[in-house]
Amino acid sequence: MDQKTPLLSVQNLTIPLPAGGDRPYAVENVSYDIFSGEILCIVGESGSGKSMSANAIMGLLPDYLKPTQGQIFLKGTNLLTQPEPWLQSIRGQEIGMIFQEPLSALNPLMTIGKQIGEVMQVHHKYPGEQRKKRVLELLNFVGLPDPDILHDLYPFRLSGGQRQRVMIAMALALEPALLIADEPTTALDMTTQAQILALIARIQKEKGMGVMFITHDFGVVAEIAHRVAVMEKGILVEQGPADQVLNRPQHPYTQRLIASVPNRRMDESLQVHEPAPVMEVRNLHKTYVVGGGLLSPKRVVHAVNDVSFTVRDGETLGIVGESGSGKSTIGKCLLKLIGVDSGQMLFQGQDIVPMPENRFRPMRHNIQMIFQDPYASLNPRHTIGKILTDGPIANGKPRAEAEARARELLELVGLDASSFQRYPNEFSGGQRQRIGIARALALDPKLLVADESVSALDVSVQAQVLELLRTLQQKLQIAMIFITHDLRVAAQICNSVVVMHQGKVVEYGRPSQIFESPQNPYTQQLIAAVPGKDWNPAQVETV
Amino acid sequence: MKKFAKRYARNHGAVFGLCIILVVTALAIAAPFMYDYSPWMMVDTPLIPPFTNSAYPFGTDMLGRDITAGLVWGARVSLIVGLLSTAIALAFGIVVGAAAGYCGGRIDDALMRFTEFFQTIPQLALAVVIVAVMSPSIYSIMGAITAVSWPPAARLVRSEFMTLKQREFVLAAIVIGQKPSRIVWSQILPNAMSPVIVSASFMVATAILTESALSFLGLGDRNMMSWGFMIGASRTMIREAWWMSVWPGVAILLTVLAINLIGEGLSDALNPQLRKRGE
Repeated sequence: MDQKTPLLSVQNLTIPLPAGGDRPYAVENVSYDIFSGEILCIVGESGSGKSMSANAIMGLLPDYLKPTQGQIFLKGTNLLTQPEPWLQSIRGQEIGMIFQEPLSALNPLMTIGKQIGEVMQVHHKYPGEQRKKRVLELLNFVGLPDPDILHDLYPFRLSGGQRQRVMIAMALALEPALLIADEPTTALDMTTQAQILALIARIQKEKGMGVMFITHDFGVVAEIAHRVAVMEKGILVEQGPADQVLNRPQHPYTQRLIASVPNRRMDESLQVHEPAPVMEVRNLHKTYVVGGGLLSPKRVVHAVNDVSFTVRDGETLGIVGESGSGKSTIGKCLLKLIGVDSGQMLFQGQDIVPMPENRFRPMRHNIQMIFQDPYASLNPRHTIGKILTDGPIANGKPRAEAEARARELLELVGLDASSFQRYPNEFSGGQRQRIGIARALALDPKLLVADESVSALDVSVQAQVLELLRTLQQKLQIAMIFITHDLRVAAQICNSVVVMHQGKVVEYGRPSQIFESPQNPYTQQLIAAVPGKDWNPAQVETV
Repeated sequence: MKKFAKRYARNHGAVFGLCIILVVTALAIAAPFMYDYSPWMMVDTPLIPPFTNSAYPFGTDMLGRDITAGLVWGARVSLIVGLLSTAIALAFGIVVGAAAGYCGGRIDDALMRFTEFFQTIPQLALAVVIVAVMSPSIYSIMGAITAVSWPPAARLVRSEFMTLKQREFVLAAIVIGQKPSRIVWSQILPNAMSPVIVSASFMVATAILTESALSFLGLGDRNMMSWGFMIGASRTMIREAWWMSVWPGVAILLTVLAINLIGEGLSDALNPQLRKRGE
């Protein structure tokens, strides 16, 4: 491979950040090559500059970011010195790009067929009758059903995975030599992600393209990469063949990242005796009625359909499912944030379903929640101190006592006591999630519901927060319900797991049993979709 | 606060608007000291053209009243009516909007139908009817302006509440057991205020215009000189004495323009992201 000239060669690329940023360069002295017929994965956490070089290749950098040094050669031509019209002619033709958000990357007012055809129209390719033929061929190629019907549909009729396939079809329309994929599967469900990854790998093999794949997920890297480049804070710290980087990482940062990847370290030692159940859910039902206007018929969606489970003291129950499986609805039901249609929720033997809000409110402190989005779950106008003391004060604790406890909690979740006077916008995502955990713990709950509480975090931060939850739970012996879409995370911290599919529980048991010998076909499919399942980060040699 | 002032100052129009309003406010406060006589008093010969007599720089009207004194005293009426009626309308609108947005369901339906009842009647027509029925006075004028200007405020607050109610930090407040009244007051309302403040500034401008229109139609307070009344009284003399209607007209124009500029500046300063996106 080394004898060939690279398809794309990035050499010593440096892009300065505007003054006042947290570091002087967005990317600094970055060099890498992509050859035809290989997939190069660029891995890094948010803010590592991994998307920046891709945008530089496409000439999509905003005006205030201009490369000051380095070259980008595409088949021997330096892209950085070419005029804009020339760059326009190669976008789509020589380089195709797939974006992260399939929802916003498609024009909602244009049919699928037109949008794909537009790429050809811009480059004056496939005139007349051939264009439609080519569009249908592409739709078929990316594995979309009924290309003829799809051709005339608008994007809102398609699911996220289908839209991403349309994006891929658009990127492939003119058979580019290089495909840049910027986190193309991050917004998708696990099973859809597996399909899209398989599709990209297949296309790459069939067309012999070079693919630059940007991701934060080491599982995805293990699944498809031929070569890997790891970025940290704008610097390329390590690159090499996938096998070498994944299994024998050299740089400490890579080692740290890989150590943070959730792995199936199942800890069965915890449950020896059977403590009393804290929360028992029996035959829970919740339906949503959608539509039902004057002319449109009502559509009833069973968000939660006959769900039963039990959580005991000191135990973690994982509720795993893809989007739309009803897992978050269960979380909201447990906290009585939404009503329940039928069923029982026995909290320490007492059914909380029929309780009116004003009778339930004094009991609320027993059941606390850690929210999904660390940026939306803290009131931007309140100091951390106020956020942490609001709950205890609402439950009748004197202010001084609540404040002392808040300072204690800040320390417990690993934050400085001086955070007390500060506002949420001064903290990073991981720190905010710690504050969210402290807020929940401030009320000494018996049951903690964590709804996708780590999915918005970077992998190393995610590992820290998971570790924190784990130690806190062992120390305080509280029951926890952990709602997640990520099987790897569930496997790491749960004592038992509920797998949900379309509102129903399809499997309920110990993680070892579910992961080693899943009984239900859906669970099997879900487990098969975990990216990089053949790679075990726990067996990495750290040199 | 410093950052806010800095962002506000970046909009030059808004700074200009603020300066004009400060001058108008200073004049309104200083009116009794500058002119110890009533603006209704005849002080000199009628119809002195402007810039001819240094004692009456803007001239006198057909009864020999000092136009400058009228302008300065009129500023009081405009500002009092504008600010007070907006404050009352805002308070009422916030209460209605917050109740509708937070409770939802039937309460929301009932309150919104009530709001729509006011919105379906043309604003000026309703104001004229209210003042005419209650007999013109500064109180009935403020009441009429309040009655026509609260519905948009209620609608705005309601929509803000409906979105904020779904936000995770509000859910978190429910989960920790805060009472609904406390959640509305300390969690939702402060976060809903920035669009409300911006729209309040535009409401002040509209209130001043409505007051002028009412006075123009002869429904102003008989004891208080107002800009709208001055224009209304001089409309028959417009060919002989243009200055009688032009000066109060310019005063209304500048004040309303200034308040609109301030509103624009507040909107930019309170929502810095919006502005950046527009550029």
